Amino acid sequence: MSLASIDPLYHHGVTGVVLLIVLVRVVVGFAVLMGSVTLMIWFERKAISDMQSRIGPQRWGPFGILQTLADGIKLFFKEDLIPAEANRFVFKLAPYLSLVPALVTFSIVPVGGTLTIAGHPVMLQIANPPVGILVMLAMSGISVYGVMLAGWASGSKYPLLSSVRASAQMISYEAALGITIVTVILVTGSLSTHNIVTSQADGIWHWNVIRLGVVPFVVFWMAITAELNRPPFDVVEAESELVGGFNTEYSSLRFALFYLAEFMNTITMSAIIVTLFFGGPAGWVPPVSHLRWVFPIIWFVAKTVFFCWCFIWFRAALPRFRYDQVMDLGWKRLIPLSLGWMLVVAGFLIKPAWGLVMAAVVLMASVALATAFERGVAREGGPRSVLAPVGRRPLPGEVLRASSDEVEQ
Amino acid sequence: MAVTYALASEAVFASAAVLILAGAVAVITVKNPVHAAISLITTLFGVAVAFVAQSADFLAAVQIIVYAGAIVVLFLFVIMFLGVDRTRVVSLEPLIGQRALAAVGVAITVAGLVALMWRSHWVTGAPSVSGHPLASGAGNVHQLGTAVFTTYLFAFEATAALLVIAVVGAVLLARREPSEEGSPS
Repeated sequence: MSLASIDPLYHHGVTGVVLLIVLVRVVVGFAVLMGSVTLMIWFERKAISDMQSRIGPQRWGPFGILQTLADGIKLFFKEDLIPAEANRFVFKLAPYLSLVPALVTFSIVPVGGTLTIAGHPVMLQIANPPVGILVMLAMSGISVYGVMLAGWASGSKYPLLSSVRASAQMISYEAALGITIVTVILVTGSLSTHNIVTSQADGIWHWNVIRLGVVPFVVFWMAITAELNRPPFDVVEAESELVGGFNTEYSSLRFALFYLAEFMNTITMSAIIVTLFFGGPAGWVPPVSHLRWVFPIIWFVAKTVFFCWCFIWFRAALPRFRYDQVMDLGWKRLIPLSLGWMLVVAGFLIKPAWGLVMAAVVLMASVALATAFERGVAREGGPRSVLAPVGRRPLPGEVLRASSDEVEQ
Repeated sequence: MAVTYALASEAVFASAAVLILAGAVAVITVKNPVHAAISLITTLFGVAVAFVAQSADFLAAVQIIVYAGAIVVLFLFVIMFLGVDRTRVVSLEPLIGQRALAAVGVAITVAGLVALMWRSHWVTGAPSVSGHPLASGAGNVHQLGTAVFTTYLFAFEATAALLVIAVVGAVLLARREPSEEGSPS
């Protein structure tokens, strides 16, 4: 396998300078990601408190921007507890299993264009593996273990329930996630994130969000929110049902690692959304040659921050799904929708006529599927789940009125 | 240059082999089923590294996504649900003569492997020995796709049908008729 096909940096062989550039790229990427995680935690707390008419962190640094650092120091000095019932080895292993995938996924995100440093073309992304976006799928598959093993190893009931929920949820939504990524790969004709970005570089009409119709993007967005276990899909950490979820028994630095991984994943997945559907660093560049390399980075950061903000907005605005609703949405809605849309996109890529044929077939199939769902529900005797639908339960007001009516009689 | 590259690829092979073997030995020797599942992940990762070394990048990615990311998760899921996540007494023999038969099976397999290695060269190793050279990068996926959807189309579709039948069968077996429990309202 020739290295030059992966990265133009290796065109003239692997010399000391090239190795140094690679090393610097990795270290800078790591540092920037860590720095942005602290900012992200502050940003989330500040934005949420604004939306809830609170002040939020304000003590440390201007606008409380150093709050995360203070929290980190506090967690560092806390006592590290391991429950007596815990499986010690797995308990210690789990936080790393959720942190490392979050770090690795970011390495395939193209942050900007290509720079020329010391005569070497340097891509502004840590790695450009030939399997590209599949690395992200693989890593999200691995990050399930962090949550799952943490819950199991705690040796406690609520974390175990949480980890079972987490693994079911993440596996369910991975299918929809994979299928929408396939539509992106179909139009790009390549797995590499660099090619995915360059194929969208010719203006806003070439961005995948528009080119593929908005549906794959929406499905991807919902699926990725579920993968992140962020609200409204945070049944894993539903504090009214499960205390604190999978990390109930964790304290000190191990808890900090989970916290770090969660926010790092939020940033990384926002960056992945931007890469797949919004052209990555694509955008207007001024006709000044010295600023040519800065603007792509600014565009990338702006788009990523927007999606980070959207995740915060979801958390503030949307109530949590019930667990059976999460499963229904994943299996009965998102997977058929993304699968049908993928077939239509594939048809249009061959010939518009085939696209129309596929659209008709998909339409008929979805009617058949909807009928099947309806029949199934009718056979079960109404929409019956483990929990009765909230709408049918008597509201507290009605109960009070009924009891007071009885007293009057 | 060529020498350094060969050295690097040998180092990669050695570390992958260590990962695979250590994981595999741990899967059968460790007493706790969850630890065994984690060791299985180690083995699968080692196999993925070996795939990359053979320039089968796509297979490596699929190996992680499907085996490590989904199948072992399901194993763990079942282990946790059935509550067999405790160390078991292994001195009992559920089937009489099981151990002896297993020993005979192992002996036959090892003898077969030794005979294979005696008569022919190593199958793994340099990419030129292991079959057609694979195109690197995206060509890899192209090659695989062409093979699956032209030469081996029938086998591929038959596998897909088998999997669907298995899923439908599993759902049917797991299903309980709602009328048995009485009407809900």
